[in-house]
Amino acid sequence: MFATEPLRIVAVSAGLSSPSSTRLLADRLAAATREQLEAGQDRPVDVRVIELRDLAVDIAGHLVSGFPSAALEEALSAVTGADGLIAVTPVFTASYSGLFKSFFDLVENTALTGKPVLVAATGGTPRHSLVLEHAMRPLFAYLRAVTLPTSVYAASEDWGAAGDAYADGLPARVRRAGGELAQAVAGGRAVSGASRNPGLDDEVVPFEQQLAALRPA
Amino acid sequence: MQFGIFTVGDVTTDPTTGTTPSEHERIKATVAIARKAEEVGLDVFATGEHHNPPFVPSSPTTTLGYIAAQTKSIILSTSTTLITTNDPVKIAEDYATLQHLADGRVDLMMGRGNTGPVYPWFGKDIRQGIPLAIENYALLHKLWREDVVDWEGKFRTPLQSFTATPRPLDGVPPFVWHGSIRSPEIAEQAAYYGDGFFHNNIFWPIEHTRKMVQLYRQRYAHYGHGTAEQAIVGLGGQVFMRKNSQDAVREFRPYFDNAPVYGHGPSMEDFTQQTPLTVGSPQEVIERTLTFRDAVGDYQRQLFLMDHAGLPLKTVLEQLDILGEEVVPVLRKEFAALRPAGVPETAPLHPAYAATLTKES
Repeated sequence: MFATEPLRIVAVSAGLSSPSSTRLLADRLAAATREQLEAGQDRPVDVRVIELRDLAVDIAGHLVSGFPSAALEEALSAVTGADGLIAVTPVFTASYSGLFKSFFDLVENTALTGKPVLVAATGGTPRHSLVLEHAMRPLFAYLRAVTLPTSVYAASEDWGAAGDAYADGLPARVRRAGGELAQAVAGGRAVSGASRNPGLDDEVVPFEQQLAALRPA
Repeated sequence: MQFGIFTVGDVTTDPTTGTTPSEHERIKATVAIARKAEEVGLDVFATGEHHNPPFVPSSPTTTLGYIAAQTKSIILSTSTTLITTNDPVKIAEDYATLQHLADGRVDLMMGRGNTGPVYPWFGKDIRQGIPLAIENYALLHKLWREDVVDWEGKFRTPLQSFTATPRPLDGVPPFVWHGSIRSPEIAEQAAYYGDGFFHNNIFWPIEHTRKMVQLYRQRYAHYGHGTAEQAIVGLGGQVFMRKNSQDAVREFRPYFDNAPVYGHGPSMEDFTQQTPLTVGSPQEVIERTLTFRDAVGDYQRQLFLMDHAGLPLKTVLEQLDILGEEVVPVLRKEFAALRPAGVPETAPLHPAYAATLTKES
């Protein structure tokens, strides 16, 4: 890889309204990551935000038809090809939103292997903040991603509050999370998972080897 | 080039009338469709294999044997034969018998199936799908080529001094295709043996098909069976035609919107753009089919899915008339004119069958 090739940060936002606080949080996290990546190394940083709202019909179409539209395929390959991923969902009915889950249902189960992922969520009340721990982390653990220690939850009230004696305010948490992602990406912990779709990126296993594996010992 | 049709064998309600054919009607319709395919000058009729409702073709060689008795020239094939869950010994016996009955007008396509529970129903583990396909076919290949087989593998009882009977007609096994949509291992398998590779692209964007076929072609050349251009490639496709494009769209839309495999997802317009489904005039079907060649190179077999989405038999037979009279003759000419010398025109034919073709012409 050439030193001039950009590091790719992709943020997936599952916010439904426009403007959306989920998108806002995704942008803040992406900006914090970029800032600390650019400060820490020389390669350019390419940030891309994917709004699942724009892909909602394509996602449903893929679920029932079995193949992605061109726009969805492009978004999926941006996600699997990213050096670092930021995943942000609103909390719906005690978990990530259905749209968020549906999108990640379409990611091959090994395609995020080793990828640093920063998880974040928004909600109307701080009482849902553990969604990050009991829903988001297991999802990305299944996908074999490396989820960073700091996850960021933004309740409505966080957008108008500073930190207190017990916890940092939102800007400090965003900065800390962005720093962790920047460090993971720059530190070379990013391992791009091999996508099985369309399945031809892998080296082909020579047939003799496939046959030999089946011979009785 | 060989043109033909393949059937899934689904029993689907006609959404415009609410009529659902019985299994008996569907099986008889399959025979009528095969006979019609021959009558309108197509080269191949292929049936799927399924072991769950709403599908009827669980016993392909029974149906193909019956069709063989009622036809003279059409090649009988499968789309696909489940190499994972069928005993390769039984496949060897069944298709060799069919070959004798049909005087060599037989080839077949290996596939892994698309219904998860079929594996446990037949005592197999779905996680072993690819290894089953590889081992079972290795045995089938041997059974058709060696008179006495000693064999031991991971998945099946060992064989000592076993002879599969009847032997293939005149000692020439049926030509085999390997069908796969997304597994490079299967493209590799087809290339290794110098067998055909069929990409059933009916639900896939052509770019994906292009990559899979390209892999197969490269590996075919790697194994020394010929150049990449000489590899034996087949593609699927599905169409609905009327003289006027708008009539085709109007008539097919309720079928598309309600069919289990198409409906309730992307619009027919999106679907036709992203997959080979073509709903329009015969000329549009001709133009679309020619674009497949742009993606995968000169290929040897084009199969169309015609009895889909719950279309009544009468309509399917009309569609076959249009396909045979207006589409295939043009495509034959166009593809032949484009095909360079040295690229095979068709998949290899059994000598007994090839001899009948020479006699006719």
